[in-house]
Amino acid sequence: MLTPENLQKVEALFKRYPTKKAVMLSALWIAQEQEGWISEEMMRYIGDLLEVPYATVLGVVTFYTMYNDKKIGKYHIEVCTNVSCMLRGSGKILDTVEKHCGVKLGETSDDGKFTVSEVECMGACGGAPMLAIGEEYYENLTPEKTEQLLSRLK
Amino acid sequence: MEKYILPDIPDYHKLEVYEQHGGYQALRKVLQMKPDEVIEEVKKSSLRGRGGACFPTGLKWSFMPKGNDRPKYLCVNGDESEPGTFKDRMIFEFNPHQMIEGILIGCYAMGITTAYLYIRGEYRKWIKMVDAALADAYAKGYVGENILGSGFSTNIYTHSGAGAYICGEESALMNSIEGDRGYPRVKPPFPAAKGVFGMPTTINNVETMTNVPLIINKGAEWYSKIGVAKHPGPILVGISGHVNKPGVYEVPTGVPLLTLINDPQYGGGVPNGKKIKAVIPGGSSTMVLRGENLEGVCMDADSLKAAGSSVGTAGLIVMDEDTDMIKVIKRISHFYHHESCGQCTPCREGTGWMEKMLTRFEKGEAREEDIEILLDVANNIEGNTICALGDAAAWPVQSFIKRFREEFENKVERKETAAA
Repeated sequence: MLTPENLQKVEALFKRYPTKKAVMLSALWIAQEQEGWISEEMMRYIGDLLEVPYATVLGVVTFYTMYNDKKIGKYHIEVCTNVSCMLRGSGKILDTVEKHCGVKLGETSDDGKFTVSEVECMGACGGAPMLAIGEEYYENLTPEKTEQLLSRLK
Repeated sequence: MEKYILPDIPDYHKLEVYEQHGGYQALRKVLQMKPDEVIEEVKKSSLRGRGGACFPTGLKWSFMPKGNDRPKYLCVNGDESEPGTFKDRMIFEFNPHQMIEGILIGCYAMGITTAYLYIRGEYRKWIKMVDAALADAYAKGYVGENILGSGFSTNIYTHSGAGAYICGEESALMNSIEGDRGYPRVKPPFPAAKGVFGMPTTINNVETMTNVPLIINKGAEWYSKIGVAKHPGPILVGISGHVNKPGVYEVPTGVPLLTLINDPQYGGGVPNGKKIKAVIPGGSSTMVLRGENLEGVCMDADSLKAAGSSVGTAGLIVMDEDTDMIKVIKRISHFYHHESCGQCTPCREGTGWMEKMLTRFEKGEAREEDIEILLDVANNIEGNTICALGDAAAWPVQSFIKRFREEFENKVERKETAAA
Protein backbone atom coordinates (compact mmCIF):
# COMPACT_ATOMS: atom_id res chain seq x y z
CA MET A 1 0.00 0.00 0.00
CA LEU A 2 1.15 3.49 -0.74
CA THR A 3 0.94 6.06 2.01
CA PRO A 4 -1.86 8.62 1.48
CA GLU A 5 0.79 11.18 0.57
CA ASN A 6 2.38 8.91 -2.05
CA LEU A 7 -1.00 7.90 -3.41
CA GLN A 8 -1.68 11.59 -4.00
CA LYS A 9 1.61 11.89 -5.85
CA VAL A 10 0.59 9.05 -8.17
CA GLU A 11 -2.90 10.45 -8.71
CA ALA A 12 -1.46 13.85 -9.55
CA LEU A 13 0.36 12.22 -12.48
CA PHE A 14 -2.80 10.88 -14.14
CA LYS A 15 -3.50 14.18 -15.84
CA ARG A 16 -0.20 13.97 -17.73
CA TYR A 17 -1.21 10.97 -19.83
CA PRO A 18 -4.25 9.77 -21.78
CA THR A 19 -4.15 6.40 -19.95
CA LYS A 20 -3.72 5.44 -16.30
CA LYS A 21 -1.29 2.70 -17.27
CA ALA A 22 1.25 5.26 -18.47
CA VAL A 23 1.83 6.23 -14.83
CA MET A 24 3.29 2.72 -14.29
CA LEU A 25 7.00 3.55 -14.21
CA SER A 26 6.47 6.59 -11.98
CA ALA A 27 4.15 4.70 -9.62
CA LEU A 28 6.70 1.92 -9.26
CA TRP A 29 9.41 4.49 -8.51
CA ILE A 30 7.25 6.06 -5.82
CA ALA A 31 6.52 2.61 -4.36
CA GLN A 32 10.19 1.68 -4.37
CA GLU A 33 11.20 4.93 -2.74
CA GLN A 34 8.65 4.26 -0.01
CA GLU A 35 9.53 0.60 0.68
CA GLY A 36 13.05 0.17 -0.70
CA TRP A 37 11.74 -2.61 -2.94
CA ILE A 38 8.55 -3.73 -4.69
CA SER A 39 6.68 -6.67 -3.17
CA GLU A 40 4.06 -8.83 -4.84
CA GLU A 41 1.48 -7.16 -2.63
CA MET A 42 2.61 -3.75 -3.88
CA MET A 43 2.50 -4.90 -7.50
CA ARG A 44 -1.08 -6.10 -7.04
CA TYR A 45 -1.97 -2.81 -5.39
CA ILE A 46 -0.46 -0.81 -8.25
CA GLY A 47 -2.22 -3.04 -10.77
CA ASP A 48 -5.55 -2.19 -9.13
CA LEU A 49 -4.67 1.48 -9.01
CA LEU A 50 -3.77 1.64 -12.71
CA GLU A 51 -6.50 -0.82 -13.75
CA VAL A 52 -4.12 -3.34 -15.28
CA PRO A 53 -3.57 -7.02 -14.38
CA TYR A 54 -0.94 -7.98 -11.81
CA ALA A 55 0.92 -9.86 -14.58
CA THR A 56 1.44 -6.61 -16.47
CA VAL A 57 2.97 -4.95 -13.42
CA LEU A 58 5.15 -7.99 -12.75
CA GLY A 59 6.27 -7.93 -16.38
CA VAL A 60 7.37 -4.32 -16.06
CA VAL A 61 9.10 -4.77 -12.69
CA THR A 62 11.13 -7.71 -13.98
CA PHE A 63 12.02 -5.99 -17.27
CA TYR A 64 13.65 -2.89 -15.83
CA THR A 65 16.83 -3.54 -13.85
CA MET A 66 16.38 -0.66 -11.42
CA TYR A 67 13.25 -2.08 -9.81
CA ASN A 68 14.07 -4.38 -6.92
CA ASP A 69 11.69 -7.31 -6.59
CA LYS A 70 13.64 -8.43 -3.52
CA LYS A 71 14.71 -6.56 -0.42
CA ILE A 72 18.12 -5.01 -0.78
CA GLY A 73 20.69 -3.58 1.61
CA LYS A 74 20.55 -0.15 3.19
CA TYR A 75 23.21 1.02 0.75
CA HIS A 76 23.02 -0.17 -2.84
CA ILE A 77 26.53 0.08 -4.26
CA GLU A 78 26.39 0.00 -8.06
CA VAL A 79 29.74 -0.32 -9.77
CA CYS A 80 30.02 0.40 -13.48
CA THR A 81 32.25 -2.13 -15.24
CA ASN A 82 31.47 -1.16 -18.82
CA VAL A 83 34.21 -0.34 -21.34
CA SER A 84 35.19 3.22 -20.39
CA CYS A 85 35.27 2.32 -16.68
CA MET A 86 37.01 -0.98 -17.36
CA LEU A 87 39.78 0.78 -19.31
CA ARG A 88 40.36 3.00 -16.30
CA GLY A 89 40.45 0.33 -13.62
CA SER A 90 36.90 -0.52 -12.55
CA GLY A 91 38.11 -4.04 -11.75
CA LYS A 92 40.11 -2.72 -8.79
CA ILE A 93 37.16 -0.62 -7.65
CA LEU A 94 34.89 -3.64 -7.70
CA ASP A 95 37.48 -5.69 -5.76
CA THR A 96 37.67 -2.94 -3.15
CA VAL A 97 33.89 -2.76 -2.82
CA GLU A 98 33.48 -6.53 -2.55
CA LYS A 99 36.23 -6.75 0.06
CA HIS A 100 34.90 -3.89 2.16
CA CYS A 101 31.31 -5.11 2.07
CA GLY A 102 32.24 -8.76 2.48
CA VAL A 103 30.02 -9.87 -0.40
CA LYS A 104 30.28 -10.81 -4.06
CA LEU A 105 28.46 -9.18 -6.96
CA GLY A 106 24.70 -9.41 -6.65
CA GLU A 107 24.79 -10.24 -2.95
CA THR A 108 23.61 -8.43 0.17
CA SER A 109 25.72 -8.44 3.33
CA ASP A 110 24.39 -10.46 6.28
CA ASP A 111 23.80 -7.34 8.35
CA GLY A 112 21.65 -5.91 5.52
CA LYS A 113 23.91 -2.92 5.17
CA PHE A 114 25.25 -3.37 1.63
CA THR A 115 24.05 -4.74 -1.69
CA VAL A 116 26.70 -4.77 -4.40
CA SER A 117 25.73 -4.77 -8.07
CA GLU A 118 27.46 -4.47 -11.40
CA VAL A 119 25.77 -1.88 -13.58
CA GLU A 120 25.93 -1.08 -17.25
CA CYS A 121 27.20 2.29 -18.46
CA MET A 122 25.80 5.00 -16.18
CA GLY A 123 26.71 7.91 -18.47
CA ALA A 124 29.69 9.03 -16.41
CA CYS A 125 32.48 7.86 -18.72
CA GLY A 126 34.33 11.15 -18.34
CA GLY A 127 34.66 10.42 -14.63
CA ALA A 128 35.56 6.75 -14.97
CA PRO A 129 35.85 4.63 -12.95
CA MET A 130 32.67 5.37 -11.05
CA LEU A 131 30.09 3.91 -8.76
CA ALA A 132 26.68 5.06 -7.62
CA ILE A 133 25.01 4.83 -4.24
CA GLY A 134 21.36 5.70 -4.50
CA GLU A 135 21.10 8.70 -6.74
CA GLU A 136 24.62 9.97 -6.04
CA TYR A 137 27.44 9.39 -8.51
CA TYR A 138 31.02 9.05 -7.26
CA GLU A 139 33.50 9.55 -10.07
CA ASN A 140 37.27 9.48 -10.73
CA LEU A 141 37.67 6.75 -8.13
CA THR A 142 40.80 5.01 -6.93
CA PRO A 143 40.78 2.02 -4.56
CA GLU A 144 41.83 4.42 -1.74
CA LYS A 145 39.03 6.90 -2.47
CA THR A 146 36.56 4.03 -2.69
CA GLU A 147 37.67 2.68 0.67
CA GLN A 148 37.30 6.13 2.24
CA LEU A 149 33.86 6.56 0.72
CA LEU A 150 32.60 3.19 1.95
CA SER A 151 33.98 3.63 5.45
CA ARG A 152 31.93 6.81 5.80
CA LEU A 153 28.68 4.86 5.33
CA LYS A 154 27.16 4.17 8.72
CA MET B 1 35.51 28.49 -30.89
CA GLU B 2 32.56 30.05 -29.17
CA LYS B 3 30.37 27.50 -27.44
CA TYR B 4 26.65 27.36 -28.08
CA ILE B 5 25.43 24.18 -26.38
CA LEU B 6 27.51 24.33 -23.22
CA PRO B 7 28.63 27.98 -23.04
CA ASP B 8 31.14 29.02 -20.38
CA ILE B 9 28.70 31.25 -18.54
CA PRO B 10 28.35 30.77 -14.78
CA ASP B 11 24.88 29.70 -13.60
CA TYR B 12 23.59 29.41 -17.16
CA HIS B 13 21.19 26.71 -15.91
CA LYS B 14 19.29 29.39 -13.98
CA LEU B 15 16.36 30.94 -15.81
CA GLU B 16 17.30 34.56 -15.10
CA VAL B 17 20.86 34.04 -16.34
CA TYR B 18 19.61 32.27 -19.44
CA GLU B 19 17.23 35.17 -20.07
CA GLN B 20 19.99 37.74 -19.59
CA HIS B 21 21.88 36.07 -22.44
CA GLY B 22 18.96 36.10 -24.85
CA GLY B 23 17.17 33.03 -23.54
CA TYR B 24 13.62 32.38 -24.77
CA GLN B 25 13.99 35.06 -27.50
CA ALA B 26 13.88 32.28 -30.11
CA LEU B 27 10.55 31.15 -28.67
CA ARG B 28 9.18 34.71 -28.89
CA LYS B 29 10.36 34.92 -32.48
CA VAL B 30 8.85 31.58 -33.42
CA LEU B 31 5.46 32.49 -31.96
CA GLN B 32 5.32 35.26 -34.61
CA MET B 33 6.12 32.80 -37.42
CA LYS B 34 3.96 30.25 -39.19
CA PRO B 35 4.69 26.65 -38.08
CA ASP B 36 5.74 25.65 -41.60
CA GLU B 37 8.24 28.50 -41.72
CA VAL B 38 9.86 27.10 -38.58
CA ILE B 39 10.14 23.66 -40.12
CA GLU B 40 11.61 25.18 -43.29
CA GLU B 41 14.21 27.06 -41.27
CA VAL B 42 15.25 23.88 -39.45
CA LYS B 43 15.39 22.03 -42.77
CA LYS B 44 17.57 24.75 -44.28
CA SER B 45 19.97 24.57 -41.35
CA SER B 46 20.78 20.92 -42.24
CA LEU B 47 20.63 20.01 -38.55
CA ARG B 48 20.92 16.25 -38.17
CA GLY B 49 19.88 14.27 -35.12
CA ARG B 50 22.47 13.86 -32.40
CA GLY B 51 21.12 10.58 -31.04
CA GLY B 52 23.12 8.36 -33.36
CA ALA B 53 21.26 8.01 -36.65
CA CYS B 54 22.03 11.54 -37.97
CA PHE B 55 18.56 11.84 -39.51
CA PRO B 56 17.76 15.36 -40.82
CA THR B 57 15.65 16.98 -38.10
CA GLY B 58 13.61 19.33 -40.28
CA LEU B 59 12.68 16.48 -42.61
CA LYS B 60 11.57 14.38 -39.62
CA TRP B 61 9.39 17.24 -38.41
CA SER B 62 7.81 17.58 -41.85
CA PHE B 63 6.56 13.96 -41.66
CA MET B 64 4.07 14.93 -38.96
CA PRO B 65 0.49 15.25 -40.19
CA LYS B 66 -1.02 18.72 -40.16
CA GLY B 67 -4.18 19.64 -38.34
CA ASN B 68 -5.43 19.10 -34.83
CA ASP B 69 -8.09 16.45 -35.30
CA ARG B 70 -6.22 14.14 -32.90
CA PRO B 71 -3.47 14.56 -30.33
CA LYS B 72 0.13 14.58 -31.49
CA TYR B 73 3.14 13.99 -29.29
CA LEU B 74 6.80 14.85 -29.07
CA CYS B 75 9.04 12.42 -27.22
CA VAL B 76 12.44 13.80 -26.36
CA ASN B 77 15.02 11.09 -25.96
CA GLY B 78 17.25 11.56 -22.94
CA ASP B 79 17.72 7.86 -22.28
CA GLU B 80 21.44 8.23 -23.06
CA SER B 81 22.59 4.69 -22.34
CA GLU B 82 25.04 4.00 -25.15
CA PRO B 83 28.33 3.07 -23.47
CA GLY B 84 30.79 5.94 -23.89
CA THR B 85 28.03 8.57 -24.08
CA PHE B 86 27.58 11.17 -21.35
CA LYS B 87 26.66 14.41 -23.11
CA ASP B 88 22.93 14.87 -22.48
CA ARG B 89 23.61 14.77 -18.75
CA MET B 90 25.70 17.94 -19.24
CA ILE B 91 22.76 19.66 -20.94
CA PHE B 92 20.38 18.67 -18.11
CA GLU B 93 22.80 20.11 -15.58
CA PHE B 94 24.27 23.13 -17.34
CA ASN B 95 21.81 24.23 -20.02
CA PRO B 96 18.31 22.85 -19.40
CA HIS B 97 16.49 25.98 -20.57
CA GLN B 98 17.95 25.92 -24.07
CA MET B 99 16.74 22.33 -24.36
CA ILE B 100 13.29 23.33 -23.05
CA GLU B 101 13.18 26.23 -25.49
CA GLY B 102 14.07 23.87 -28.34
CA ILE B 103 11.31 21.48 -27.27
CA LEU B 104 8.79 24.33 -27.25
CA ILE B 105 9.85 25.42 -30.73
CA GLY B 106 9.48 21.84 -31.99
CA CYS B 107 6.03 21.59 -30.42
CA TYR B 108 4.94 24.86 -32.02
CA ALA B 109 6.29 23.85 -35.44
CA MET B 110 4.50 20.49 -35.40
CA GLY B 111 1.34 21.61 -33.58
CA ILE B 112 2.04 19.44 -30.57
CA THR B 113 0.51 20.12 -27.15
CA THR B 114 2.25 17.46 -25.06
CA ALA B 115 5.94 16.60 -24.94
CA TYR B 116 7.43 13.80 -22.86
CA LEU B 117 11.06 14.13 -21.95
CA TYR B 118 12.26 10.59 -21.30
CA ILE B 119 15.31 10.50 -19.04
CA ARG B 120 17.10 7.34 -17.96
CA GLY B 121 16.29 6.20 -14.42
CA GLU B 122 19.90 6.34 -13.28
CA TYR B 123 19.82 10.12 -13.79
CA ARG B 124 17.40 10.68 -10.87
CA LYS B 125 19.42 13.62 -9.66
CA TRP B 126 19.38 15.18 -13.12
CA ILE B 127 15.65 14.58 -13.55
CA LYS B 128 15.19 16.73 -10.46
CA MET B 129 17.35 19.45 -12.02
CA VAL B 130 15.27 19.39 -15.20
CA ASP B 131 12.02 19.38 -13.19
CA ALA B 132 13.25 22.44 -11.31
CA ALA B 133 14.07 24.22 -14.58
CA LEU B 134 10.67 23.26 -15.98
CA ALA B 135 8.91 24.60 -12.89
CA ASP B 136 10.66 27.96 -13.39
CA ALA B 137 9.73 28.00 -17.09
CA TYR B 138 6.10 27.21 -16.23
CA ALA B 139 6.05 29.97 -13.63
CA LYS B 140 7.30 32.48 -16.20
CA GLY B 141 4.66 31.44 -18.74
CA TYR B 142 7.06 29.86 -21.24
CA VAL B 143 5.44 26.45 -20.84
CA GLY B 144 1.79 25.57 -20.21
CA GLU B 145 -1.41 27.29 -21.24
CA ASN B 146 -1.43 30.25 -23.64
CA ILE B 147 2.34 30.63 -23.84
CA LEU B 148 3.34 34.33 -23.65
CA GLY B 149 -0.23 35.26 -24.58
CA SER B 150 0.12 33.67 -28.03
CA GLY B 151 -2.81 31.30 -27.67
CA PHE B 152 -0.41 28.38 -28.16
CA SER B 153 -0.33 25.87 -25.29
CA THR B 154 1.97 22.99 -24.63
CA ASN B 155 2.97 20.91 -21.64
CA ILE B 156 6.35 19.29 -21.08
CA TYR B 157 6.60 16.38 -18.67
CA THR B 158 9.68 14.43 -17.61
CA HIS B 159 9.28 10.66 -17.68
CA SER B 160 11.80 8.54 -15.81
CA GLY B 161 13.10 5.28 -17.22
CA ALA B 162 14.18 2.49 -14.89
CA GLY B 163 17.32 0.91 -16.27
CA ALA B 164 16.92 -0.47 -19.78
CA TYR B 165 19.29 0.46 -22.62
CA ILE B 166 16.68 -0.62 -25.15
CA CYS B 167 14.41 2.27 -24.16
CA GLY B 168 16.73 4.57 -26.09
CA GLU B 169 15.32 2.89 -29.21
CA GLU B 170 12.47 5.17 -30.23
CA SER B 171 9.65 2.64 -30.38
CA ALA B 172 10.74 0.95 -27.14
CA LEU B 173 10.81 4.41 -25.59
CA MET B 174 7.20 4.94 -26.59
CA ASN B 175 6.16 1.61 -25.05
CA SER B 176 8.00 2.60 -21.91
CA ILE B 177 6.06 5.87 -21.77
CA GLU B 178 2.85 3.89 -22.15
CA GLY B 179 3.80 1.92 -19.03
CA ASP B 180 4.91 -1.27 -20.74
CA ARG B 181 8.06 -3.31 -21.04
CA GLY B 182 10.48 -1.57 -23.39
CA TYR B 183 9.88 -3.73 -26.44
CA PRO B 184 10.68 -2.16 -29.82
CA ARG B 185 7.83 -2.11 -32.33
CA VAL B 186 7.82 -3.34 -35.90
CA LYS B 187 8.01 -0.49 -38.41
CA PRO B 188 5.95 0.48 -40.35
CA PRO B 189 3.81 2.04 -39.03
CA PHE B 190 6.34 4.78 -38.39
CA PRO B 191 5.91 7.03 -35.36
CA ALA B 192 4.70 10.01 -37.42
CA ALA B 193 1.70 7.88 -38.44
CA LYS B 194 1.22 5.82 -35.28
CA GLY B 195 3.43 6.54 -32.31
CA VAL B 196 2.91 6.87 -28.59
CA PHE B 197 -0.68 6.13 -27.52
CA GLY B 198 -1.33 5.28 -31.19
CA MET B 199 -1.02 8.94 -32.20
CA PRO B 200 1.36 10.80 -34.55
CA THR B 201 4.66 11.21 -32.73
CA THR B 202 8.10 12.62 -33.33
CA ILE B 203 11.12 11.49 -31.33
CA ASN B 204 14.16 13.74 -31.09
CA ASN B 205 17.33 13.57 -29.04
CA VAL B 206 18.01 16.04 -26.21
CA GLU B 207 21.11 17.52 -27.85
CA THR B 208 19.23 17.90 -31.14
CA MET B 209 16.55 20.00 -29.44
CA THR B 210 19.19 22.11 -27.70
CA ASN B 211 20.50 23.12 -31.15
CA VAL B 212 17.12 24.41 -32.34
CA PRO B 213 17.04 27.82 -30.57
CA LEU B 214 20.41 28.67 -32.19
CA ILE B 215 18.97 28.11 -35.64
CA ILE B 216 16.02 30.40 -34.90
CA ASN B 217 18.09 33.11 -33.23
CA LYS B 218 20.96 33.28 -35.68
CA GLY B 219 19.39 31.83 -38.80
CA ALA B 220 19.70 28.61 -40.73
CA GLU B 221 22.41 30.03 -42.95
CA TRP B 222 24.62 30.94 -40.02
CA TYR B 223 24.07 27.53 -38.46
CA SER B 224 24.76 25.59 -41.64
CA LYS B 225 28.22 27.17 -41.88
CA ILE B 226 29.43 25.75 -38.57
CA GLY B 227 31.55 22.64 -39.13
CA VAL B 228 31.08 20.48 -42.21
CA ALA B 229 28.35 21.31 -44.73
CA LYS B 230 26.55 17.96 -44.79
CA HIS B 231 26.49 17.52 -41.02
CA PRO B 232 26.84 21.00 -39.59
CA GLY B 233 26.63 22.58 -36.18
CA PRO B 234 28.22 22.29 -32.81
CA ILE B 235 28.50 18.74 -31.50
CA LEU B 236 29.17 17.43 -28.01
CA VAL B 237 31.96 14.88 -28.09
CA GLY B 238 32.44 12.66 -25.06
CA ILE B 239 36.03 11.47 -24.76
CA SER B 240 36.72 8.56 -22.43
CA GLY B 241 39.14 5.73 -21.88
CA HIS B 242 42.90 6.23 -22.17
CA VAL B 243 43.22 10.01 -22.40
CA ASN B 244 44.63 12.48 -19.93
CA LYS B 245 41.54 14.66 -19.87
CA PRO B 246 38.37 12.64 -20.35
CA GLY B 247 35.19 14.70 -20.58
CA VAL B 248 32.57 16.29 -22.81
CA TYR B 249 33.87 18.85 -25.31
CA GLU B 250 31.84 21.05 -27.60
CA VAL B 251 33.36 21.40 -31.05
CA PRO B 252 32.14 22.13 -34.57
CA THR B 253 31.56 18.94 -36.53
CA GLY B 254 34.52 17.79 -38.58
CA VAL B 255 37.32 18.10 -36.03
CA PRO B 256 39.97 15.37 -36.62
CA LEU B 257 39.79 12.52 -34.09
CA LEU B 258 43.53 12.86 -33.46
CA THR B 259 43.00 16.51 -32.48
CA LEU B 260 40.20 15.51 -30.12
CA ILE B 261 42.41 12.88 -28.53
CA ASN B 262 45.72 14.77 -28.39
CA ASP B 263 45.02 18.50 -28.23
CA PRO B 264 45.56 19.92 -24.72
CA GLN B 265 42.19 21.70 -24.89
CA TYR B 266 40.42 18.36 -25.48
CA GLY B 267 41.60 14.87 -24.55
CA GLY B 268 45.15 15.98 -23.83
CA GLY B 269 46.85 12.88 -25.24
CA VAL B 270 47.24 9.29 -24.12
CA PRO B 271 48.66 8.85 -20.58
CA ASN B 272 52.39 8.06 -20.31
CA GLY B 273 52.93 8.89 -23.97
CA LYS B 274 51.58 5.54 -25.09
CA LYS B 275 50.41 4.88 -28.63
CA ILE B 276 46.75 4.70 -29.60
CA LYS B 277 45.85 1.12 -30.38
CA ALA B 278 42.17 1.63 -31.17
CA VAL B 279 39.26 3.99 -30.92
CA ILE B 280 35.53 3.45 -30.89
CA PRO B 281 34.35 6.77 -32.34
CA GLY B 282 30.66 7.05 -31.49
CA GLY B 283 29.62 4.85 -28.58
CA SER B 284 30.03 1.10 -28.21
CA SER B 285 27.79 0.22 -31.17
CA THR B 286 30.02 1.89 -33.70
CA MET B 287 32.79 0.03 -35.48
CA VAL B 288 36.24 0.07 -33.94
CA LEU B 289 39.10 1.76 -35.81
CA ARG B 290 42.81 1.01 -35.59
CA GLY B 291 44.98 3.72 -34.11
CA GLU B 292 47.32 3.82 -37.11
CA ASN B 293 44.38 4.49 -39.45
CA LEU B 294 43.13 7.68 -37.79
CA GLU B 295 45.02 10.19 -39.90
CA GLY B 296 42.49 12.48 -41.58
CA VAL B 297 39.45 10.89 -39.93
CA CYS B 298 37.09 13.54 -38.54
CA MET B 299 34.13 13.67 -36.18
CA ASP B 300 31.30 13.93 -38.69
CA ALA B 301 28.95 11.53 -40.41
CA ASP B 302 30.64 11.33 -43.84
CA SER B 303 34.23 11.18 -42.66
CA LEU B 304 33.55 8.38 -40.21
CA LYS B 305 31.46 6.50 -42.74
CA ALA B 306 34.32 6.66 -45.21
CA ALA B 307 36.66 5.35 -42.51
CA GLY B 308 34.38 2.35 -41.99
CA SER B 309 32.55 3.41 -38.86
CA SER B 310 29.95 5.99 -37.86
CA VAL B 311 29.55 9.11 -35.77
CA GLY B 312 26.92 7.53 -33.51
CA THR B 313 26.58 9.57 -30.34
CA ALA B 314 30.10 11.01 -30.69
CA GLY B 315 31.19 9.07 -27.63
CA LEU B 316 34.86 8.55 -28.41
CA ILE B 317 36.49 5.70 -26.48
CA VAL B 318 40.29 5.61 -26.70
CA MET B 319 42.40 2.51 -26.08
CA ASP B 320 46.17 2.55 -25.65
CA GLU B 321 48.73 0.05 -26.95
CA ASP B 322 48.47 -2.18 -23.86
CA THR B 323 44.73 -2.80 -24.24
CA ASP B 324 43.54 -6.38 -24.51
CA MET B 325 41.05 -6.10 -27.37
CA ILE B 326 39.47 -9.45 -26.56
CA LYS B 327 38.68 -8.26 -23.06
CA VAL B 328 37.09 -5.11 -24.51
CA ILE B 329 34.91 -6.87 -27.07
CA LYS B 330 33.89 -9.47 -24.50
CA ARG B 331 32.74 -6.66 -22.18
CA ILE B 332 30.84 -5.00 -25.01
CA SER B 333 29.16 -8.29 -25.90
CA HIS B 334 28.24 -8.86 -22.27
CA PHE B 335 26.48 -5.51 -22.38
CA TYR B 336 24.38 -6.31 -25.46
CA HIS B 337 23.51 -9.74 -24.08
CA HIS B 338 22.33 -8.12 -20.86
CA GLU B 339 20.36 -5.44 -22.69
CA SER B 340 18.72 -7.52 -25.43
CA CYS B 341 14.99 -7.24 -24.78
CA GLY B 342 14.45 -10.85 -25.82
CA GLN B 343 11.80 -10.40 -28.49
CA CYS B 344 13.80 -11.54 -31.53
CA THR B 345 15.56 -14.90 -31.50
CA PRO B 346 18.69 -13.86 -33.45
CA CYS B 347 19.46 -11.14 -30.90
CA ARG B 348 18.27 -12.91 -27.74
CA GLU B 349 20.22 -16.09 -28.51
CA GLY B 350 22.99 -14.62 -30.63
CA THR B 351 24.14 -12.05 -28.10
CA GLY B 352 24.40 -14.84 -25.52
CA TRP B 353 26.43 -17.05 -27.83
CA MET B 354 28.75 -14.21 -28.77
CA GLU B 355 29.44 -13.53 -25.11
CA LYS B 356 30.04 -17.22 -24.39
CA MET B 357 32.42 -17.60 -27.32
CA LEU B 358 34.30 -14.45 -26.41
CA THR B 359 34.65 -15.73 -22.86
CA ARG B 360 36.32 -18.77 -24.40
CA PHE B 361 38.69 -16.52 -26.36
CA GLU B 362 39.43 -14.53 -23.24
CA LYS B 363 40.43 -17.70 -21.42
CA GLY B 364 42.61 -18.77 -24.35
CA GLU B 365 40.43 -21.84 -24.89
CA ALA B 366 39.05 -20.97 -28.32
CA ARG B 367 39.45 -23.29 -31.29
CA GLU B 368 40.78 -22.22 -34.69
CA GLU B 369 37.31 -22.40 -36.28
CA ASP B 370 35.73 -20.30 -33.53
CA ILE B 371 36.65 -17.03 -35.25
CA GLU B 372 34.52 -17.94 -38.27
CA ILE B 373 31.70 -19.28 -36.09
CA LEU B 374 31.67 -16.08 -34.05
CA LEU B 375 31.54 -14.02 -37.24
CA ASP B 376 28.75 -16.23 -38.54
CA VAL B 377 26.68 -15.63 -35.39
CA ALA B 378 27.21 -11.87 -35.70
CA ASN B 379 26.30 -11.91 -39.41
CA ASN B 380 23.11 -13.79 -38.64
CA ILE B 381 21.99 -11.22 -36.08
CA GLU B 382 22.64 -8.22 -38.31
CA GLY B 383 19.55 -7.15 -40.23
CA ASN B 384 17.40 -9.94 -38.80
CA THR B 385 15.81 -8.19 -35.82
CA ILE B 386 12.97 -5.75 -35.19
CA CYS B 387 15.25 -2.98 -33.97
CA ALA B 388 18.84 -1.87 -34.36
CA LEU B 389 20.05 -3.38 -31.08
CA GLY B 390 20.82 -6.56 -33.01
CA ASP B 391 22.97 -4.61 -35.47
CA ALA B 392 24.53 -2.69 -32.60
CA ALA B 393 25.56 -5.98 -31.02
CA ALA B 394 26.88 -7.42 -34.29
CA TRP B 395 28.90 -4.46 -35.59
CA PRO B 396 31.43 -4.35 -32.74
CA VAL B 397 32.10 -8.09 -33.02
CA GLN B 398 32.41 -7.93 -36.82
CA SER B 399 34.70 -4.92 -36.72
CA PHE B 400 36.91 -6.24 -33.91
CA ILE B 401 37.46 -9.44 -35.90
CA LYS B 402 38.03 -7.53 -39.13
CA ARG B 403 40.47 -5.02 -37.67
CA PHE B 404 42.11 -6.95 -34.83
CA ARG B 405 41.99 -10.50 -36.15
CA GLU B 406 45.51 -11.21 -34.87
CA GLU B 407 44.31 -10.76 -31.30
CA PHE B 408 41.69 -13.46 -31.82
CA GLU B 409 44.24 -15.76 -33.43
CA ASN B 410 46.58 -15.26 -30.50
CA LYS B 411 43.87 -16.54 -28.19
CA VAL B 412 43.31 -19.78 -30.06
CA GLU B 413 44.41 -22.71 -27.95
CA ARG B 414 47.64 -24.06 -29.34
CA LYS B 415 47.33 -27.83 -29.51
CA GLU B 416 51.09 -28.36 -29.60
CA THR B 417 51.51 -26.15 -26.53
CA ALA B 418 48.70 -27.94 -24.80
CA ALA B 419 50.19 -31.34 -25.68
CA ALA B 420 53.60 -30.30 -24.41
